[in-house]
Amino acid sequence: MQQVIFIVLSLLTLSAAVMVVASRSLFRSALWLILAFAGIAMLFILLQAEFLAFVHILIYIGAIAILIIFAIMLSRGVMDPNEPRFNDQWRLVIGFGALLFVGLVVIMLRIPWPVNIVAVPADAIQLLGADFVGTYVIPFEVASVLLVAALIGAIVIAREH
Amino acid sequence: MYYIQDLFVNIARSWTSWISGFLPLWAVSGVNYLIMAVILVMMPVLATLTLTWMERKVIGRIQNRIGPNRVGPFGIFQAFADAVKMLVKEDVIPTDADRPVFNLAPILIAAGAALLWAVIPFGRGMAAADLNVGVLYIIAIGSMTMIAMLMAGWSSNNKYALIGAFRAVAQLLSYEVPMVLSIATVALVVGSMRMGAVVEAQVVPFVVVLPATFVVYLMAGIAETGRSPFDLLEAESEIVAGYFVEYSGLKFGWFYIAEYGNLFAISAIVTTLFLGGWRGPGVSAVPALGPFYFIAKIVAVVFLMMWIRGTWPRVRIDQMLGLAWKVLVPVSLANLLWVAFVMKLPLPTALQWVLFVVGGLAVLAVALGLLGRAGRRHVASKGMVQT
Repeated sequence: MQQVIFIVLSLLTLSAAVMVVASRSLFRSALWLILAFAGIAMLFILLQAEFLAFVHILIYIGAIAILIIFAIMLSRGVMDPNEPRFNDQWRLVIGFGALLFVGLVVIMLRIPWPVNIVAVPADAIQLLGADFVGTYVIPFEVASVLLVAALIGAIVIAREH
Repeated sequence: MYYIQDLFVNIARSWTSWISGFLPLWAVSGVNYLIMAVILVMMPVLATLTLTWMERKVIGRIQNRIGPNRVGPFGIFQAFADAVKMLVKEDVIPTDADRPVFNLAPILIAAGAALLWAVIPFGRGMAAADLNVGVLYIIAIGSMTMIAMLMAGWSSNNKYALIGAFRAVAQLLSYEVPMVLSIATVALVVGSMRMGAVVEAQVVPFVVVLPATFVVYLMAGIAETGRSPFDLLEAESEIVAGYFVEYSGLKFGWFYIAEYGNLFAISAIVTTLFLGGWRGPGVSAVPALGPFYFIAKIVAVVFLMMWIRGTWPRVRIDQMLGLAWKVLVPVSLANLLWVAFVMKLPLPTALQWVLFVVGGLAVLAVALGLLGRAGRRHVASKGMVQT
């Protein structure tokens, strides 16, 4: 049963991801991207990681996708469906894309993925929180300093006008 | 007697044991989930049918009118008359509209209003799904509403709809920050994000313990539902009706249902987080009283919101954004810091809660004092006469 749900969700996510690059309208692409994000969130729920799922929805759909849609709406010229789909760099880009794909496949095949059948502990959120201020305190703090820097930068840029 | 005391939970138990007699286990849970889903979907519809009548009566009384009084006794069937009118109206789709997106938007927005009810506890052990990340779920569902508004505004191919959608998203994004911060304060005090645990922890209702958090959450909640004084996303005098101006008939009806469903849901969340949810006198002996206390408190909060709508003028867009970022965010951050600091002090819980009250009131006093000074400075600089 879980396998079936997993396959359905993965197909949904992947086809939405394909539609993101295949759709001619940029706004539609953004909506397909939201569907792909929602599919990933549902996969998290399937893995009994509700916290990650809802944070994923909150950050990726509630903030990042909205930002993308705002950026699209503020640049109306790119919405014309008669614009050519590719520019003259497409051969080069295909080469780099294929290289990245091969690299990712090699990495995925090489890593022994640890599969843990043990049930998820009930206090998983507490463990996550304790890890953020314990084992992984330095990456966590570095990320928050980065975000604060971006915030201050945005305010400085907005103030000049 | 015992059966009556915990009536609703016992009815659910009897029902489950009755259908387990002739159904396999998976079918029993399937049927039960289906019933819960139908109840959740009915909540926004129920809210629309009752709250529109209440709103018209309350606003009418505030404006020294009587309100609806023709359809049924005291006009209580006015909402049904409106529903029939909505059903028989022509469904108009603009020529250049993005049709699939245009049709999907009302479905998504109404789904968002219904999904909020999944984690709300109506009584002890009476929530459809008491998730251990319940409050986070509520915030995450809010982002779905935002997407639906953007979809509606964009796909209508109408400039007023687009301006309305922009305003709506700017407002929702801005007010999400103080909302999340005040919910985080509550979660910090409770030590859990489960809605049921939040209610259980309120020996004293949090409206008394965390006054600043309550005020911030109530204002953010009014802004999130897009009601007056924050109704500039559908300001009739400026942009016709905002992001759903092109919708008619039943599709408009879905936006209407979502609006009142959200009003009811936000009031339920305020009740759960700050007014003690289903708690009340005698509820530990007779748990069946819980849902009635819960509904009564919700109606009180709804009345408060209607009162605010009937008496306050609409704010301007710069005032709306300024209030969120310059007042509510600092207030909720200061309050959150104070609560986190007090929680770390080695004191008994009762003393900590007293310190929460003192800190919250101090934060509110400082914020109001600064606002008053800014207002006086503004009046002096513009040369306006101070009355």
